[in-house]
Amino acid sequence: MALRMWASSTANALKLSSSASKSHLLPAFSISRCFSSGLFYLKSIGWCFGFEVLEGLKYANSHEWVKHEGSVATIGISDHAQDHLGEVVFVELPEEKSSVTKEKNFGAVESVKATSEIISPISGEVIEVNTKLADSPGLINSSPYEDGWMMKVKPSNPAELESLMGPKEYTKFCEEEDAAH
Amino acid sequence: MRGGSLWQLGQSITRRLAQSDKKPLSPRRYFASGADLKKTALYDFHVAHGGKMVPFAGWSMPIQYKDSIIDSTVNCRVNGSLFDVAHMCGLSLKGKDCVPFLETLVVADVAGLAPGTGSLTVFTNEKGGAIDDSVITKVTDEHIYLVVNAGCRDKDLAHIEEHMKAFKSKGGDVSWHIHDERSLLALQGPLAAPVLQHLTKEDLSKLYFGQFQILDINGSTCFLTRTGYTGEDGFEISVPSEHAVDLAKAILEKSEGKVRLTGLGARDSLRLEAGLCLYGNDMEQHITPVEAGLTWAIGKRRRAEGGFLGADVILKQLQDGPTIRRVGFFSSGPPARSHSEVHDESGNKIGEITSGGFSPNLKKNIAMGYVKSGQHKNGTKVKILVRGKPYEGNITKMPFVATKYYKPT
Repeated sequence: MALRMWASSTANALKLSSSASKSHLLPAFSISRCFSSGLFYLKSIGWCFGFEVLEGLKYANSHEWVKHEGSVATIGISDHAQDHLGEVVFVELPEEKSSVTKEKNFGAVESVKATSEIISPISGEVIEVNTKLADSPGLINSSPYEDGWMMKVKPSNPAELESLMGPKEYTKFCEEEDAAH
Repeated sequence: MRGGSLWQLGQSITRRLAQSDKKPLSPRRYFASGADLKKTALYDFHVAHGGKMVPFAGWSMPIQYKDSIIDSTVNCRVNGSLFDVAHMCGLSLKGKDCVPFLETLVVADVAGLAPGTGSLTVFTNEKGGAIDDSVITKVTDEHIYLVVNAGCRDKDLAHIEEHMKAFKSKGGDVSWHIHDERSLLALQGPLAAPVLQHLTKEDLSKLYFGQFQILDINGSTCFLTRTGYTGEDGFEISVPSEHAVDLAKAILEKSEGKVRLTGLGARDSLRLEAGLCLYGNDMEQHITPVEAGLTWAIGKRRRAEGGFLGADVILKQLQDGPTIRRVGFFSSGPPARSHSEVHDESGNKIGEITSGGFSPNLKKNIAMGYVKSGQHKNGTKVKILVRGKPYEGNITKMPFVATKYYKPT
């Protein structure tokens, strides 16, 4: 967490939005990306206004991410989203075995001051939800792409993933959205 | 996340904090864009300290700084907080008849206040409902100092001016001065008094909760009231605007960084923990001070004599009891928010939440709202509907966090 914040403030200070000049940061950061659960090693591609956008994920314009591995898609919200939301105090998730539909609400994330619906980027059956979020909703802030994952879905229509944004597209989307305000 | 734009999410935070008064009387106050927002004397200071600025009641105000709202809220009660509340409106009423004049508009026993003391009061309308809440102080028999909410400024000033004209036309001696040349800062928490004592020669240990003094602080003449909106010991300091930044800097330096600049996000969490109303949420035009649980603010003599707008309605409620009452709630599940319905255990609607959120100091959900009289006792089990689903809750007394007002033993 400390490493990310340092890198984030550096990026902000330098106003960098691509990874090229920050390659010296990547190796140190990449090490922290390895985790013991055996999921794919993810490489940080760069910074979206100081927020992390990971390679290997797809993104919705409602700021959820999807990691598709075989027949399982893991879903959460992006670093950009958790930063805007503020500290999460409560997460409402669907039941296992329920179904979710692309672009429909599947739950809610509550911060100190506001509530936000979370939209499913794909359709399918919920096979697992992250029960750790009941006691530790703050994992969404501290680890939005890893420990803060929200649900695992068996996609009913994998083609839906094609219409989601890749990391570079999402980075640009965030920049445009922030610049518009 | 719904809304697509996270900027709009940030705005939803301010909508929850915004005052109800959205119809400004003066055309200058209508803001079409962010560029028209007013700035306090500390605006640049906030930005330099990492303040996240948001629109609030026509002003650009810091909702938080680099630390999180939760950390900020906890820090206030452990160390202390410095708030810029210069958006609020301070004014003085002067003249031989300023006391009887104000008594026509508020429920307080202004005549009974000792010089140099003040109180929370309510400006009422003809139906006994609240126009605004305000901290008023009798400086002397011919000078009253009061502070009203930023979101109600235009409404309150128009109301006071209209009644002042009528009062003067009957020969009353009253005039006013609106203190736009001053900025209000709030210093709250256990370190408030020790830190402020470094900046003034006056003995602050003799200034108790609700008391007022005009004195030199950090080299300028300030109006000091021992009051606040957090439940902690603390002060509201009205300083000439050209000295506001210096005073803020001095306070932060003297505390060696323990007192932190704190924004409106934490301010709202703190006042909710203290069980204090937010006008526009927990108190509105149609809610009387009796219903809001502020009967204590209606002076004893005023309860007998009336003489304020809506006195007939209020006096009747004091006699018969109000039909609804403001209460506190604990609840499980997601935090209860404004407009969430409150049901009894059988599913009948008995009330509504007017403010709610997660308490950083208690680490649980707290809320306040109104329920039907008879259903308002502490411990009453309720169900609160959040996004259509019922969650268990119970009614509790307020404040949620014990207050620490500095009172004589």
